[in-house]
Formats: sequence, C-alpha cells, structure tokens
Amino acid sequence: MSTQDKSPSITMRRSQLGRARGLGSAKHGAAHWWAERVTSVALLPLSLYFVVSVIMLLGADAHAMHAYMAEPWNSALFLALIIIMFYHLSMGLQVVVEDYVPNEAKRLLMVMVLKGIIIFLALASAVSVLKLALS
Amino acid sequence: MKDVREALMIGRNSEGKLVRRPVSPFMLGSAYRFQMSSLSSILHRITGCALGAGTILMTLWLVCAASGDGAFSIIQAIWASWIGMLILFGFTVALFYHFCNGIRHLAWDSGKGFELPDMHRNGKLVFAGTVALTVLFWVVALLVW
Repeated sequence: MSTQDKSPSITMRRSQLGRARGLGSAKHGAAHWWAERVTSVALLPLSLYFVVSVIMLLGADAHAMHAYMAEPWNSALFLALIIIMFYHLSMGLQVVVEDYVPNEAKRLLMVMVLKGIIIFLALASAVSVLKLALS
Repeated sequence: MKDVREALMIGRNSEGKLVRRPVSPFMLGSAYRFQMSSLSSILHRITGCALGAGTILMTLWLVCAASGDGAFSIIQAIWASWIGMLILFGFTVALFYHFCNGIRHLAWDSGKGFELPDMHRNGKLVFAGTVALTVLFWVVALLVW
C-alpha cells in the first residue's frame, strides 16, 4: 500500500473467484447450531420417556401396544419424540457428512439422500403412531 | 527395503531408539495415546451415527405395530432372541452415552466444565453414568420381560 493512500481499507483475504462464487459462510451456521442445542434439550426428557416406554412394552402383544398408543399422552409424546429426534438426527448427520466428504457434488448428494431417508422414516413412524392412536 | 521413501519411515523415539514411524490408523492406542478429550468426542459421533441407524429399528417396530398382530408378534420375537437382545444392548449403550455426553456438551456450551481437570472428571462421570444407566435399564428390563 502506498504511503499517500490515507483512506481506511480492509484487506480481503479471499480470492476473487471465491468472492464471485459467493463461497464461504452461508450465514446459516448459528441457526443450525442453536437448533441442534434446542432439540438436544428437548430430547433429554423425551428419550427418557422413550426408554421407559420400551421397558413397559417389552414382550407386549399387539393389543397392549395398541392400548398404549391409544392413550393421547403417549401418542403425543411419541409424535414429539419422532419429530424432534429425526430433526436432531438430520442436523447431526449433515455435519458428519460435511466434515468427512470433501467432494462438493458427493457431499450435496449424500446430505440429500440422508435427509430423504430421514424424512421417510419420520413419516413412516408418525403415520404408524397416528394409526395406532386413532384406530 | 523396496522403496526409497521407506528410509524416511525410520525415526528415533524419545529414548533415542531407532523405530519405524507409526502410520495413521495403526498408531491409535500404541504411539498415539487416547485422551479423554479426543476419545469422548469421537465416541459422541460414533454413538450419534449408531443411534441414527437405530432409528430404522424404532421405525420398523412402530410400522409393524400399526400393520397388525402378525407383524408385531414377529418383531417382538426378534427383540426377544439373543441377536435382538444384543442389538438392543448396543442401542442402549449408545443412547445412554450420547445422553450423558450430550449433557456435558450443553454444560460446555454454557461455558462450564472447560478446565482440564474438570474435563477429565466430567468425562469419567459420563462413562460411569453410561455404565450405571445401562445396567439399571437391563436389570429392570430383564425383571419385567
């Protein structure tokens, strides 16, 4: 920088190509991080509830399982668990894939496939709980 | 020696003895000592991924329950078999570890328990909690099953 130049300036450390392509922070990191924390706090009581439910349903027949899910508290808690747990899982697995898959195309594809599977599992679980609760 | 690069693989250890340099995955446990920080961190990831696989089992269980008596009695019989119990045992260990270490992570997020002696202590507490909760679960489970 020349000595005559007195105007304040910021040195951009990113390449021109990097700036043009808009790479770098997506500005969504804090929301992702916070959502992971909020869901983990919610999962503390919900996972304990799930563990107690599993113990109560060990060796249960279909009738006992149906009766358990027909209780509104149980079906509501299971639905809450399903929604929050699969959301937490999708965020966690996304971070794992983003950490270990350097190829951009592979990374995007893997995150999409994993999220697709997770959404399908969440829907299948939720529909099953609703069917048991409402039939 | 088949490759000249092999010459670079010889080094001296802290006692001055000539040794082959350790290579990445094989150095775990021998040349690379596991520390509470790295071990508890990687276990959090591994158990998280294992629990992710475990959600497939939970989904199967719920779908079988919703699809009728026959399917549900089959999946309940699978859990009661020794292989089913082994899978459930692994699932409970992963769940309780991720649960306990998750609390540790939330404490860190609030700025607590960062000092090295604290980190070692709460790390041991996580392992103890995992064992205690797993034992408690299986004692109760085998009593009511």
